[in-house]
This record gives sequence, structure tokens and C-alpha cells, in this order.
Amino acid sequence: MAEYLIKNGFIFDPVLGIKGDVADVAIKDGKIVETTALSSPKVIDATGKTVMAGGVDVHAHVAGPKVNIGRNFRPEDKLFNCTPGHGIERMQGGFSVPTTIRTGYNYAHMGYTTVMEAAMPPLYARHTHEEMRDTPILDQGAYPVFGNNWFVLEYLKNHEIENTAAYIAWLLRATKGYAVKVVNPGGTEAWGWGLNCDNVHDPVPYFDITPAQIIKGLIEANEYLGLPHSMHMHANNLGNPGNYTTTLDSFKLSEGIKPNSKFGRDQVMHHTHVQFHSYGGDSWANVESRAKDIMGYVNSHDNITIDMGQVTLDETTTMTADGPFEHHLTELNHLKWANADVELETGSGVVPYLYSPNIKVCGIQWCIGLELALLAKDPMRIFLTTDHPNAGPFIRYPRIMKWLMSQEARDQQFDAFKYKDKVIEATNLAGMDRELNLYEIAQMTRAGPAKSLGLSHMYGGLAPGLDGDVAVYDFNPNEPYAPDDIEKAFSNAKHLFKSGVQVISDHEIANNGNKRTLWVNAKANENPQVMRDIKEKFLRYYTVTLNNYEGSGHYLRNPHVIEVDATQ
Amino acid sequence: METVTLTIKNQPGLFLEADSITPDAFAGKKAEEIVDLPVYVGREQFRLGDYFEVSGNAGATPAETKIVVNGDLSRVKYIGMKMTAGEIVANSNADMYVGAWMQGGKITVNGNVDAFAGTGMKGGEIAIKGNAGNYLGAAYRGDWRGMAGGKITVTGNAGSDLGTFMNGGEIVVDGDVDVHVATHAEGGRIIIKGNAKRRLGGQMVEGEIYVFGSIDVMMPGFAYREDVDVDVDGIKGRFALYEGDLGERHRKRKGQTIYAKLYQRIEA
Repeated sequence: MAEYLIKNGFIFDPVLGIKGDVADVAIKDGKIVETTALSSPKVIDATGKTVMAGGVDVHAHVAGPKVNIGRNFRPEDKLFNCTPGHGIERMQGGFSVPTTIRTGYNYAHMGYTTVMEAAMPPLYARHTHEEMRDTPILDQGAYPVFGNNWFVLEYLKNHEIENTAAYIAWLLRATKGYAVKVVNPGGTEAWGWGLNCDNVHDPVPYFDITPAQIIKGLIEANEYLGLPHSMHMHANNLGNPGNYTTTLDSFKLSEGIKPNSKFGRDQVMHHTHVQFHSYGGDSWANVESRAKDIMGYVNSHDNITIDMGQVTLDETTTMTADGPFEHHLTELNHLKWANADVELETGSGVVPYLYSPNIKVCGIQWCIGLELALLAKDPMRIFLTTDHPNAGPFIRYPRIMKWLMSQEARDQQFDAFKYKDKVIEATNLAGMDRELNLYEIAQMTRAGPAKSLGLSHMYGGLAPGLDGDVAVYDFNPNEPYAPDDIEKAFSNAKHLFKSGVQVISDHEIANNGNKRTLWVNAKANENPQVMRDIKEKFLRYYTVTLNNYEGSGHYLRNPHVIEVDATQ
Repeated sequence: METVTLTIKNQPGLFLEADSITPDAFAGKKAEEIVDLPVYVGREQFRLGDYFEVSGNAGATPAETKIVVNGDLSRVKYIGMKMTAGEIVANSNADMYVGAWMQGGKITVNGNVDAFAGTGMKGGEIAIKGNAGNYLGAAYRGDWRGMAGGKITVTGNAGSDLGTFMNGGEIVVDGDVDVHVATHAEGGRIIIKGNAKRRLGGQMVEGEIYVFGSIDVMMPGFAYREDVDVDVDGIKGRFALYEGDLGERHRKRKGQTIYAKLYQRIEA
């Protein structure tokens, strides 16, 4: 493979602890190497430019059945933005629910190289993998959802951690999944009865188990197996005024549990899109930011990581396995609604949404996301996301960087709000003068998520031995710049290397890369009871047989297996 | 006002997508620049001059530009799309999307138009001297933002799905209409001087429909309220007032629930 020497860039790398020093980065055989290891490299001049590792997205909805429902029922999302194929680029379309091709290219243009699909219904794992297979450049994995799964509900009702772990190991292998995802634990199952679980002690109908038992049990099962990533949670009561107490109650369920993982992570719970979970007040009239309470807890408990779920003030498409929430949303905005039930496993809903700067609540949501990041004591534990596309499309990450790095940019947005004073009154952001630097941005977008995923041996930094994922941006941090320069530079990487292949050259897609699909093969003890339960449930309840369930072979492009040995 | 005259000289093998035929695209250009504006046939891009003879120069602004299009335009789409001012006169039948997303100015079609004329229209005026196809003044596929302003008049008949997701503005049809009128509408006014068929106002939240002639089948979601004297579009008459769609949500104003209104003339 080609050798590359990226010379004289300003390096920002939390793994090596480099904070903007000028240095060279060497790539050989797909990996980052010492510069002395190169023989005849192609030299990339990065003088006056910013160099970082490839970005890592810990949570985005980019592939699978509900993303495709979004695409199918929103043809207007593609209106006036389709581009024909040219050169090696294929035809693309879509804004908040882009085609797989545009998803891959747009992440690459931002300098991202790894993106995790945040919620895979196990029954539709094949579909999810087919879409990831068609997403160029990016390394991807998908998190199967467990929080409303009948096996899990039945095992954890009796606190059967070993059986739950055996089932998790089986399902990860069957669906080629990466991590344990939990969405509105118990609540989506309750939605099958037209109900919901509003707090961690609200029992699930029929199964008679509480969300707290599900959450704690899944954390324990996750640590029993020692998976690379921790349990990845979307808690109960998302998006409702006053829900921050539910969030804190959910956080507390992780107390006293220590990580058991050989993959270098320190957390036992990753809580996603926390912006949607940090609301005070008791109605939309008096909703207010509780980011300080949330971050007070996160900052003092190092066994938790979170991501932002930043509202970007765009027209977007919300989609989640939190079925009851999407129904709640369509009742609020009266726009079209799709709802799906996934047999024994989960459900989902999809509703378009307009985050308008003319609506007070949208302004408050915008503040809360930024407050979370600006109140973070350790940027290695809070990650930049939009819960794409729920709070906004991922292409806005560079705009969020601008807001995080510039108080001036935040003030400009405040001035554009119709109810500026009311927004300021309900939030803390206006009083914050913290401006993040590029090192902290690299922690929130590279090193932090890679570590949380248990992938710091591959991604997130520029240390020799890591994958050759390197982004070069037209941004000189030592010269004066306007806030918009940040957004412009980080939206459009000058060069991008993925596993040592130059996929972007001079801002243009130069190669479709060799995308890999990451999945976790956890070897657990033989468990005849769980295997019998699986066979029985497929026989009695599932609409498909086991033979039509597992995803393997051609469903996965370049599978990259992370092996975990949990036999004991 | 300056006038640019286009005369079609070659019929496209497929359909010609000519959203550049607008006063906005022409403004400030001479005939020899106008011929270079892009048009599409399938995936191929061509020049406007490949299909049209162009004479006359445009005005300095869209408002000062009038476009006259001659010849058979029945395979030309998107005439006047997104125009903000000025005038277009098409002396023929035209294909789909005439005046779609139009914001201002006036389009006159001396012939029939195919489907989706006035899609997502925000302002201005479209006068169709023949018949209109389906989805007149409707929303784009999937969108909930249909016609929001301006006026469309049809001298002949209109097709099905008239004013789907209409939010404002006015549509006047002198002739008859096909099924589905003002489906999902949340505002606006539709006047049908001829007869209607079925499914008027399905899932309609607000807005008004006037029918001068017959209605084959009334939606069960509309309830008769009273007979009223109405002066609509300069015509006085006695109308039966129905309100609906009772199966939908409706907002309240001063304690009163606001329904969509359907008026059917009972005597002139």
C-alpha cells in the first residue's frame, strides 16, 4: 500500500497529548507509523492546516428499517437536493435522511471515518447490514436493541444475569451487532398496550418488571461478558418537561458497578442524546434547562459517558425505537407519523420535525445541548452528536463546533431567536464564556468516543499502531479567524485518509475506501436453557425461522470481528 | 416591460424540464444569453436555444420581464417554477408543474395544463384557460406545505386531488372537478362552479370549499349546519353549510371550535 507523510500540520491529538504543535504524521500499510518507518512516501503538505485523527461518531441513525421508513415517507426531504453521479461519486440525495451513498460521502467530507448505527432491531439486522454495506468509506457497527426484548424482560425479572449474558452473546453473533442498546427500557413494550414507562419504577405491563431492573441487569450482563462498549442507553421519559429526575435516577443505577473490559473503557453506562433528557419545569410553558444538575452528576461519576444530542435548528426527521415518544410528538406537531412493532423485540416511530428559532422551546433545547458540553470537566467523556437525524442532521457537526468554540457565534444565534429573552431566562448558556479549543474538540469527536466504544486500539488518535485514519483541514488555529471559518473548514476536509487510503484529495472524493463492518463475537459458556428458550420462542412466536434471522455472509462488507472471551 | 418570445422548434424525445423559463432566470439577459440557459431531457443537459427560437431581450428585473411562449408545449415541464415577479403567457397546452412554488407575478396558459400546476405556490396568479390536471395547487409528494397564497383560476375542469394540503390562497374552477378536494387542507378557499364527485374535504382542518353544482357523495365527516346566504366570487346565492372533517383535530378561537366549511349552492 501507498505510504503517506503528512508534513508540518498543526496536530491536535488527545492520544499523544499534542495540542497544536507542528509535526508530521506517517501512514504505511493502513496504519500510522513512526516517520522513520517510511521509505518513499507521497508527501502531503499540511503547512498551516489542522491535522486530526478521523472522527468517530458514537451514535447516529444512518442505516436500517426506520431510517428507510424516513426516506420512504419523506420524498420532500430529497426535493431540490439530488445530485447526479460524477467521477467516482454515485448519485446522491436527501438532507435529514440522506441516501447511504451521501451518508458515507458527507461524513468523509467532515473528516469522519467511523460511524456507529445507534439502534438496530435484531429482526431487521439483515436490512441494517445491507444499508451499511452500501455506505461507502466508513467503518461501521450497529447496536441491537435489548431494552424491550421479551427474552431480556423474562430473564431479568428474576435477575438471571448469566442467562441474559448468554442471550446477548447469541444475539450479537446472530445479528452481527456491536453493543447492547437500550431504548426507553420497558416503555416501548408497554406501548404495545398503549402505555409507556414514565420513570424507572413504572412497571412494564404483563412482564411486571421495572425499567430500573432492566437497566441494572443489562449493565451487569454487559460487564459479565466484558464487551468492548458499555451498555448504551436512551432512558425513559425522553423529551418531556421535568424529565431530568428520571435521567438522574437512571444514572444512579450504574453506581457501584465497575467496568470489566479489556478494551480500555472506564464507563459502565453510556447515556446518549442527554439534551433530550435534561429538562426541568412541568410543562412546555415553563420548561427550563437542568444541564447543571445533569453535568454535576456526570462530572463527579467517572463510570458514565454521555453524548450531546445537540439541536441544530433545522427541519429534520425524528426516528427512534421509542414508539410512544413518536406518537406523543405527532400529537404535538400534527405532521405525518409512522409506527412499527417489531414482534418480540422492539418498536419504532418516525415523525418529521421543524426545530424553529422562532419557537421558544427549540431555543431552550439548543441551549441545553451546548450547556452540557460547556459544563464538561472531562471532554473525554462527553461526545458531540445530534442523535442524527433526531435533533438535526449530522452535517451540522462543524456548526456545533463553531458554537462550542465561539461565544460570538452563540451570541449571533441568541440574537436570531424570536424569544431571545425567554430562552435566556430558562437556560444558563448566555452566562457561559467558555470556548472550547481544538484539543477539546478532538477529545469529544475522536479520542473520547473511540475509548468509550472500546476501540482506542484502532481509532481516535495518531499514535503509531492505530489505523491510518487522518483528516487534514484548511484551518490555521494560530491566525485570526471568524466563527464561520470554523464551520467552513470542518465541513470540508482538504484530505482524508481511511485505513491508509486517501479517500479525499483536495476536497474531492478520490476513493470509495474499504469500509469495514465491526461486530463483537462474545464467547460465553454453553447455556442449554437459553438455546432452548430461543428455539421455543422462534417456534411459537416469531414470524421467521432462525434460518431466516441470522445475518452473515454477503450481508457484511469486510467484517471485522472483535473477539471477546467470556467463558469461565 | 420588455418581452421575450420563445417559439419551440424541436420537440424533445422525452420531456423537456425547463425550470429556467422564468422572468427571474431571464432578467437582465439578452436573447443571445437566454439561449444558453440550461434545460434537461432525461439525464442530459441542453441549452434552451436547442429547443426554442428566442427573440427579444428581458427587462432589468423579473418584474419588468414578460415571456411569451409559442408552439406545442405539451412536453415542457416546470414553466414559471419558483418565479417571483413578471409575467409568462404560454399559448399552448403545457405539461406538469406550471408555476410550481411560484411566489409572485402572473402566468397565463392558453390551453390545458397537466398535473401539479401551482404545487406549493406562495403567491402570484395562474390563469389556466383550458383544463387543469390532477394535484392543482397541491403539495409536493410527501410534503404538508401545499398552496399557501396567490390565486389559481381554471376556465375548464380540474382533475383529482385539487388543493391537497392547501394552507391559503384561492382556487377557482369554472367547470367540474374529480375526486379528492382539499384533502388535509388547513386553510385557503376553493370555489367549484361546476359539479364535484366524492371525497371533498377529507381530513380537512380549516378552509372553505364552495360547490355551485352537485356533489355525488358527501363525506361522512361533514355535518350539515344551516342554510346561509353567501356572496362568493361576485356571485350571490343560498348555500347549505356543512362543517368538518369531524374526525380531525380542530383548534378553538374564543371558545369556539373552528371547522373547515363546505358550502353547496341550493338556489341561485
